[in-house]
Amino acid sequence: MEPWEEDGPEVVKRFMYVNRRAPYGTIYALECLEVVLIAAAFDQDVSVVFVDDGVCQLKKDQDTTAIGMKNFSNTYRALDDYDVEKIYVEKESLEARGLTEEDLIIPVEVLAADQLGDIMAQQDVVISS
Amino acid sequence: MSTMLHLINKSPFDRNALDTCLRLAKTGSSVLLLEDGVYAAMSGGSYAKAVSDRMGELTFYVLGPDVSARGLDDKPLIDGIDVVDYGGFVDLVVEHETAQSWL
Repeated sequence: MEPWEEDGPEVVKRFMYVNRRAPYGTIYALECLEVVLIAAAFDQDVSVVFVDDGVCQLKKDQDTTAIGMKNFSNTYRALDDYDVEKIYVEKESLEARGLTEEDLIIPVEVLAADQLGDIMAQQDVVISS
Repeated sequence: MSTMLHLINKSPFDRNALDTCLRLAKTGSSVLLLEDGVYAAMSGGSYAKAVSDRMGELTFYVLGPDVSARGLDDKPLIDGIDVVDYGGFVDLVVEHETAQSWL
């Protein structure tokens, strides 16, 4: 047994990752996705939120050929393989950008701000980028 | 008066560069939306009115490669915005006496 395992039953905390940036213009979106995939290996209660320009990360049919950057949008499909199944998108953010749930690359739960706020309030750790 | 090309590369939802540009840009000048600035060009988005209100006074362009990268080829652009490629970007810089990057 390792020293950090001596405290008895494993503690599961609720981790929420809040994505608020558009992809490609800055590195935040890609970095946060990598953090989520790493964190998913630790068997915690993980949820991922897309709000503000973060909803643009999930727009389907991204084609980065002409800008010479890596298209990482398909990696969001891997979240399911990592058992990250709580994926929330704020309804208001989608609407402000002329997007709908059908525009997104993966199945998500679209929530109004007050519902999303309730879930956020229940978290032990919230990491925003 | 010199002709100016205004370059907007930040999302209007994240920064107020576009707001300030639209407030200060003089009639006859041009605005190129690129990188995250392309989100301002969507006709279904909430910035459509602010852009449309100055259509006619200003000439609006959007950089096609940045629209495609963000998966927005299937989303209608605001009427009157011209799509340009990197060659067109260079032409715009050459055609205008001054280029201002709003950071």
